[in-house]
Amino acid sequence: MLYALILAAATISAIQAIRGKRLITSTLWLAGVSALLSVFFYLMRAPLVAVIELSVGAGLVTVLFVFAISVAGEEGMDQPSLLPKPLAWVLVSFSALILGWFLLPQTGNSSPASEPSFATIFWEYRGLDVLIQVVLIFAGVLGLLGLLAEAKAPLDHPMADEFAAKRERALREMEAQEMDIHEG
Amino acid sequence: MDLSIINISLIGVICLLAVGLYGLLILRNLIKVVIALQIIVKAALLGLITAGAARDQINLTQSLAVTVIVADTVVAVIGMAFAVQVRRRLGTLDIRDLSSLRG
Repeated sequence: MLYALILAAATISAIQAIRGKRLITSTLWLAGVSALLSVFFYLMRAPLVAVIELSVGAGLVTVLFVFAISVAGEEGMDQPSLLPKPLAWVLVSFSALILGWFLLPQTGNSSPASEPSFATIFWEYRGLDVLIQVVLIFAGVLGLLGLLAEAKAPLDHPMADEFAAKRERALREMEAQEMDIHEG
Repeated sequence: MDLSIINISLIGVICLLAVGLYGLLILRNLIKVVIALQIIVKAALLGLITAGAARDQINLTQSLAVTVIVADTVVAVIGMAFAVQVRRRLGTLDIRDLSSLRG
């Protein structure tokens, strides 16, 4: 019963995150989903994932979202939706039905064999994954640099104009240099 | 139907996936699209842990879930950077206006 309550609360938070009119509220609801899921993971006897999900999912990602929203600014949220809503409903319920058809009901537990510890699996069996994670974190740092990069172009000047102006300037400099050479 | 913990959490996976998919289909704000993506990844994470609990291989799925969390965070960071830069260059967060990026 507790499990069902936690998951129901997580789903409601997710719905609120989608429906929220302000970006900040959506972000906080998303953090709520993360926190509830980490409680659920702990109850499922996966404490390591619970801790990481709580600190990264509910902490770091939320801070990032808030930072990005403060940089990018709120925007009017009452735009018409991308697809007509009835069509989206039909697509979503269709895919949920198919998923439910294949997944449910599931009876558990076939191999009660003893399992190696988390550290053994993480560092030895799945060493390649750790390597990939390092690469991913590097990519994330680069992404963060992109987030922090200052905008050179003002909003009303498209990028193409800026490039064209830069090229023009370079050409002029080259011409001036050539003139100098000829005069010299 | 016997509602064991496994089945309850599978229903949770389906609900979260449906919510995230619905968000992806209807939302136009770039930051909210990233939020919908996050919800979908959280559903996948829940499914992973459920599979591990069902087959008594929770340590294996924990190590996989750590990878998923890292990848998910990087996706969020890149998405945010993309949104901020689009906002700076184009002055909007509406994903329909991204078609003006066409060279």
